[in-house]
Amino acid sequence: MNKSRGQSQPKKYGMVIDLDKCTGCGSCMVACMAENNVPFKKDETNKRDSITWMKVYRLTNGKPFPDHDICYLPRPCMHCEGHNGHSPCVSVCPATATDYSNETGIVSQIYTRCFGCRYCMAACPYHARYFNWWDPVWPAGMEEMLSPDVSVRMRGIVEKCSFCFHRYQRAMDKAHLEGRRDLEEAEYQTSCTQACPVGAITFGDLNNPEHKVHQLVKPDNAHSGRPQAPNAFRLLERLGTNPKVYYLSDREWVRRAGDNYLKGEGTIGAKH
Amino acid sequence: MWPWTPVPQDGDVNYVNSVSTLCPGGCGISVRKVDDRAVKIEGMKGYPGSDGKACVHCLSGLQALYGPTAVASPLKRVGERGEGKWRRISWDDAVSEIASKLDELREKGRPQTLACITGSDRGTVPELFKRFLKVYGSPNFMRAPGFEDTYEIVLKLMQGVDAAIGFDLENADYLLSFGSGILDGWGSSVRMFQARTAWNDNKAVVVQVEPRLSNSAACADRWIPIEVGTEGILALGIAHVIIKENLYKKDFVEKYSFGFEDWVGKDGKKHDGFKTMVLKHYAPNAVARLTRVDPDVVVETARAFAKAKSPLAICGRGRGDTPSPLHEFMAVHALNALVGGIHRKGGVWAVPLPDYVNWPEPKLDAAAEKGLAALRTDGAGTDRYPLAKYLPTRLAEVVNTAQDIPVEVLFVSGANPCYTLPDTQAVKAAFSRIPLIVSFASNMDDTAMMADLILPNHGHLERYEDVPAPAGMNTPMIGLCRPVVSPRRDTRHTGDVLLMLAKSLGGAVADAFPWESYQACLEQTLGKNWQPLLDNGFIRNTAYRPPAWQDAFRTPSGKFAFMSDACANDGKAVPAVAIEGKPEEYPLTLIPYDSMRLAAGPAVSSPFAIKTVDDTVLKGTDIFVEVNTKTGGKCGLEEGVFAHLSTPKGTVKVRVHLSDGIIPDVVAMPRGLGHAEFDEYVGGKGINVNELIGPVEDPVTGLNAAWGIRANLTIA
Repeated sequence: MNKSRGQSQPKKYGMVIDLDKCTGCGSCMVACMAENNVPFKKDETNKRDSITWMKVYRLTNGKPFPDHDICYLPRPCMHCEGHNGHSPCVSVCPATATDYSNETGIVSQIYTRCFGCRYCMAACPYHARYFNWWDPVWPAGMEEMLSPDVSVRMRGIVEKCSFCFHRYQRAMDKAHLEGRRDLEEAEYQTSCTQACPVGAITFGDLNNPEHKVHQLVKPDNAHSGRPQAPNAFRLLERLGTNPKVYYLSDREWVRRAGDNYLKGEGTIGAKH
Repeated sequence: MWPWTPVPQDGDVNYVNSVSTLCPGGCGISVRKVDDRAVKIEGMKGYPGSDGKACVHCLSGLQALYGPTAVASPLKRVGERGEGKWRRISWDDAVSEIASKLDELREKGRPQTLACITGSDRGTVPELFKRFLKVYGSPNFMRAPGFEDTYEIVLKLMQGVDAAIGFDLENADYLLSFGSGILDGWGSSVRMFQARTAWNDNKAVVVQVEPRLSNSAACADRWIPIEVGTEGILALGIAHVIIKENLYKKDFVEKYSFGFEDWVGKDGKKHDGFKTMVLKHYAPNAVARLTRVDPDVVVETARAFAKAKSPLAICGRGRGDTPSPLHEFMAVHALNALVGGIHRKGGVWAVPLPDYVNWPEPKLDAAAEKGLAALRTDGAGTDRYPLAKYLPTRLAEVVNTAQDIPVEVLFVSGANPCYTLPDTQAVKAAFSRIPLIVSFASNMDDTAMMADLILPNHGHLERYEDVPAPAGMNTPMIGLCRPVVSPRRDTRHTGDVLLMLAKSLGGAVADAFPWESYQACLEQTLGKNWQPLLDNGFIRNTAYRPPAWQDAFRTPSGKFAFMSDACANDGKAVPAVAIEGKPEEYPLTLIPYDSMRLAAGPAVSSPFAIKTVDDTVLKGTDIFVEVNTKTGGKCGLEEGVFAHLSTPKGTVKVRVHLSDGIIPDVVAMPRGLGHAEFDEYVGGKGINVNELIGPVEDPVTGLNAAWGIRANLTIA
């Protein structure tokens, strides 16, 4: 972080997703694809090569009829901080194509630097990174809808959710033009947050006590951002990835699905 | 950079607000543009219902605008029907070809053989079609089926009004859904999502009655699994408990309703009232046997429903694209009446139909008078089906069995009957018999593939059109769909094409269309509303409140009618509408299911939307059906295996997805797949469930009441 630029306080942009509100409608996925020039193929049913920066997983409680229950879990990039910015993917990238920003807390992905070794994909415990096995092809005429704000990716490189970083840049440009150094909470929101029709996704600065994300999960920065709010949890908390995407659920089985618990082991994030 | 990857042009950014007509909910949208290119669709803040949000299909609407399915010019069929071989044709040639065929029919004295199917019957474009058919001399205007068909009849029978159904959803504090996919696309989908947030905030209780753990059921406070097709019986079971335990609103029932108590008719005969009928036949134990819902659950639900401050019961299965049995809707409406929920905050409202299209009555010539005197081809409004306005589901059978072809020319606009009507094979066979089919689709769809001529409308982001209130909206409103980009292809507004056609026909037909263009027609029709519409994108009468009980009902008694002569059934129990197929031959039941991620109405899913579909729903081109784990085991089926699914309508190959979220002995198939191969992204994937399910006529209305079909599933 460069203090001389006048950033008063380092930001830690993060997301809180209320799984009890999510209905699995898919608006976040589509809003993300449309915002970020995500390509599509004729067959997208092989989910291992289907690029979805935001992917909604379907979880079940595994109980037989009629006690069965479903929960949808939207999974963007977790923008892990690890310890001092050592996110799993950043640590292994030999090309510095991906980096952790101490200014925003966003894990970047610089397409022109990536040479496709895919170490980052192996390192990411959340399957949030995707490899371009082919050059993207748009059917005739459909290139028209591509946004100039996000580079189109090419074959042989890795891509992932950027927390709509171009929206941050856009908002900062505007703020600077108006002589401001800081953004209002509403000025920078990701496309998925904006699109969610039930308001299940909240986005903002986890370091800012006035932002909703902070209030919802009360991150404990002394302990790698661990949530202190009841019912809040992160995926694979105990791996130490220190992700910036938090989840909320009243349901114990949902919270337990967030990590590999042993039988009889207590759930992290249970009501204190 | 890399010369083979596109570098999108930068430019000036601006936003245009419009209404997306891709989904029947009509999401208000705000489109981000870079110079003249539209690059992103977002929700439009403040738009009634959707307020800043939009559904998956409207969000990916640019793929319809710029995609390969957009029809680039008028097309004339050159190959076999459905083969997809076309020749470009000029607008003048296309219009004169239709006009000469229409002239010929009039000369032959058979103008009634012109028929028309549209997606909606409200707004200026459907009204232009209606007017065209009228002055031409055909009574055969049809609206694609939906749950509104049944609700309109319910309002007519029970409240005596011609009105649209409206739900004050946001203010309900106990929502009892009889299979309505409240989070799976029912009504105005995004409004439902927003309402859910209101229910969360108000601590409202949502109870979903459904055979399958849909997303609506999974997100409800309580899921009540029920035997398929018995939702109406459960509603009456709940009514039984409410009446027996004296939990109903006496001020409403005693003063403002008729048919609750036994009554003596004009003929001097005593009739059983609703109370007697329900108490006699629908005790919780009897209901439990039919519905597989525990009697305690019936009692508990009834008590909670009746004791809530603003309880609301809704029905119309899944997305509500199909009408349902009349008795089921009447039972649910009666339930609302029992708790005084008619025209109350958080209840059901009868909303006046839009009345802003006030064109002078056209003068009819003799040919038109004669044609209009003919009975409707689909039978709606005849002695056999006096209650129904439109019965397009009957069309296939009528056309297929008639000696003399009853439809010579068919217009299709804003509808996709070759995909959405039940028994697709029969529908396609019927369409093959129709000499001239004209599709006004702007994007290729299953029906356009069956057409002889395609006269493409401007795309949904390239045209002006008024968008009346979507289904279930409880305040009158009009939205404005307006061009985000100028038309990119050789397309014409369907309104203008109708004006052209009328002009070519001349005489009284031409006289009925005095406007020089559709635009002029739209602006004149909206009059003083036009400017506010342009300024705000919508107008809405937020002050609208439904009339008080003493003025609300126009039935013969002037009161809310629990029982109606049209279907009194004289106090007997009403069985669930039987579905097709013998249980001995077909031990299981096939039902369709809806989800937000697959469009299943007139619009086809986008490539983006298809990408969101799980690989337990579609894999390659194989569709998965959902079967209860135990049922699957009984049939020797494991997860993912191929199986033959057969119904009386045919046999298809499917893959099996075992689930614990579905009642045993039921097979559920997603709606929205199996489109014709008009592109490689969406077409030709999976199976259209309508191919496997035929229509079943509701005994009273004639509307399609099929909620499923008997089926068998064997390992392939």
